[in-house]
Amino acid sequence: MFDPQIIFAGVLNGLLAGGVYVLVAVGLTLIYGVLHIINFAHGSLLMLAMYAVFWLWRLLGVDPYVALPLVIAGAFGFGWLLYRGVIGRFSHGRDENILLITLGLSIVIDNVALLFFGGDTQTIDVPYAGLFVEIGAAFLPLPKIVSFAASLLLCAVLGLYMTRSDTGKAIRAVAKERQGARLVGIDVDNIFAISYGIGIACLGAAACLLMPSYYVTPTSGHAFVLVAFTIVVLGGMGSFIGAAVGGFIIGITEALGGLFLGEQLGQIGISLIFILILLLKPTGLFGSRA
Amino acid sequence: MARPRCCVLEVSGLRAGYGAVEVLRGIDLAVATGEIVALLGSNGAGKSTLNNNICGLYRPFGGAIRFDGSDIAGSPSMRIVEAGLIQVPEGRRVFPNLSVRDNLELGSYRRGRPARARNLERVLAIFPRLDERLAQAAGTLSGGEQQMLAIGRGLMSEPRLLILDEPSLGLSPLLVEEMFALIGRLNGDGLAILLVEQNVVQSLAVAHRAYVLENGRITLSGKAADLAQDPELRKSYLGH
Ligand SMILES: Nc1ncnc2c1ncn2[C@@H]1O[C@H](COP(=O)(O)OP(=O)(O)OP(=O)(O)O)[C@@H](O)[C@H]1O
Ligand SMILES: [Mg+2]
Repeated sequence: MFDPQIIFAGVLNGLLAGGVYVLVAVGLTLIYGVLHIINFAHGSLLMLAMYAVFWLWRLLGVDPYVALPLVIAGAFGFGWLLYRGVIGRFSHGRDENILLITLGLSIVIDNVALLFFGGDTQTIDVPYAGLFVEIGAAFLPLPKIVSFAASLLLCAVLGLYMTRSDTGKAIRAVAKERQGARLVGIDVDNIFAISYGIGIACLGAAACLLMPSYYVTPTSGHAFVLVAFTIVVLGGMGSFIGAAVGGFIIGITEALGGLFLGEQLGQIGISLIFILILLLKPTGLFGSRA
Repeated sequence: MARPRCCVLEVSGLRAGYGAVEVLRGIDLAVATGEIVALLGSNGAGKSTLNNNICGLYRPFGGAIRFDGSDIAGSPSMRIVEAGLIQVPEGRRVFPNLSVRDNLELGSYRRGRPARARNLERVLAIFPRLDERLAQAAGTLSGGEQQMLAIGRGLMSEPRLLILDEPSLGLSPLLVEEMFALIGRLNGDGLAILLVEQNVVQSLAVAHRAYVLENGRITLSGKAADLAQDPELRKSYLGH
């Protein structure tokens, strides 16, 4: 019944899906690592970015891949402004306030999206949507291969930025030692805003990579964020490597779950992993004690 | 007491604290160019509170803090660092997840960036131990090494005034000796230093002047050599 060829194809498909998961999860884990909060607005902002990609295509005819740099930059700016104008301003430096504000933002964004965009499912028609690449017995959709490769590339670039640039180092410094950061003259509030901006920029990239093979509705973000949250917990809260490895594990789990249990029940595998990791290693695969 | 005429740092009538609790109740203190000033006082007297208000980590309740002639009271810490007032804090506060090299380089994040490479060389010449551990994560350094790193990070920003909050805390006697020798050498190169210490004898030996802080007030101040002979001070800090 379960031909190794089919399982091979399932694993490959899962791996490919994992690429975008990694992007979404890296954004979530970065914001968590620096601000020490779960960004509850993550899913809503992903949905917003997907609509941005959709409307760029619908109104201006911009291909999602061509829109990638623009949407990344726009998402970064939007995230930065959101932090500076709303989250940072109204949190008064208290983590629990930030948490509630992001939760509130998500509710507002979801409803505004519903109001303006309606509840219809929107998709993009791109000429390359139907193209496949054959690897062994597996037929892999071209957009998924592109999204996988681009996600990895973007994560690598982000990794380099975090380890090589002064701003990247400052972000990591603020994540672990805010007071020390202030004492070398780092503008900690601005680093918070930049980190939030980068987290949202990851969503912008994910939106461009998703839209050629996916659809958007005002609730599309939520499914991704549940998955991303599982990935972050699995990999270890705040860990970059953890988000990357976790993304692929979850992608493959989901694909194989779908294969064995059907599309509807396939998600059970993810919940199972989530529960197991909480029971066996609550700090996650690459997590350190807080 | 003879008031130093040209001051890098001049604190007057400073009141500060946490929430509704006033810890500092009107502090007057000055550090002149090229001077080492020791700040002594028992645990909880408010020494670190004073440092952190000078450095902009907290906003003072009242009073003035002048650095190089301009009022910096209530300025954000990055502006104060930019001006060249650098604190090596109590508890080191190095970046545990970053390498020794990255810690040092971040020392010149706001100030001293153009000469980063040259300053790094200079700091590593002062602390050869750090040179051997450039790639090591700062969190895995020994306490003494972390203290060297914290001071090295401070020096990377070409300070005009260096505040050292208990630099000898947790060091072995030999390292404490080295630390005081280093403080003397840095000052010899012209650096003004405000030194917070529990090692009263050694501090007074290296400092030009000193203040004693008790319960949020300056209770004693003067030439370090005179204070070292002060019977009150000897009784409360040396037990004889
Ligand atoms: N963040 C804070 N919030 C509230 N109270 C504080 C805070 N930091 C210090 N205090 C209080 O302020 C007073 C002065 O503390 P401070 O740290 O300035 O003392 P210190 O002279 O540096 O002592 P030590 O020699 O032990 O380092 C203490 O009573 C302390 O409990
Ligand atoms: Mg103290």
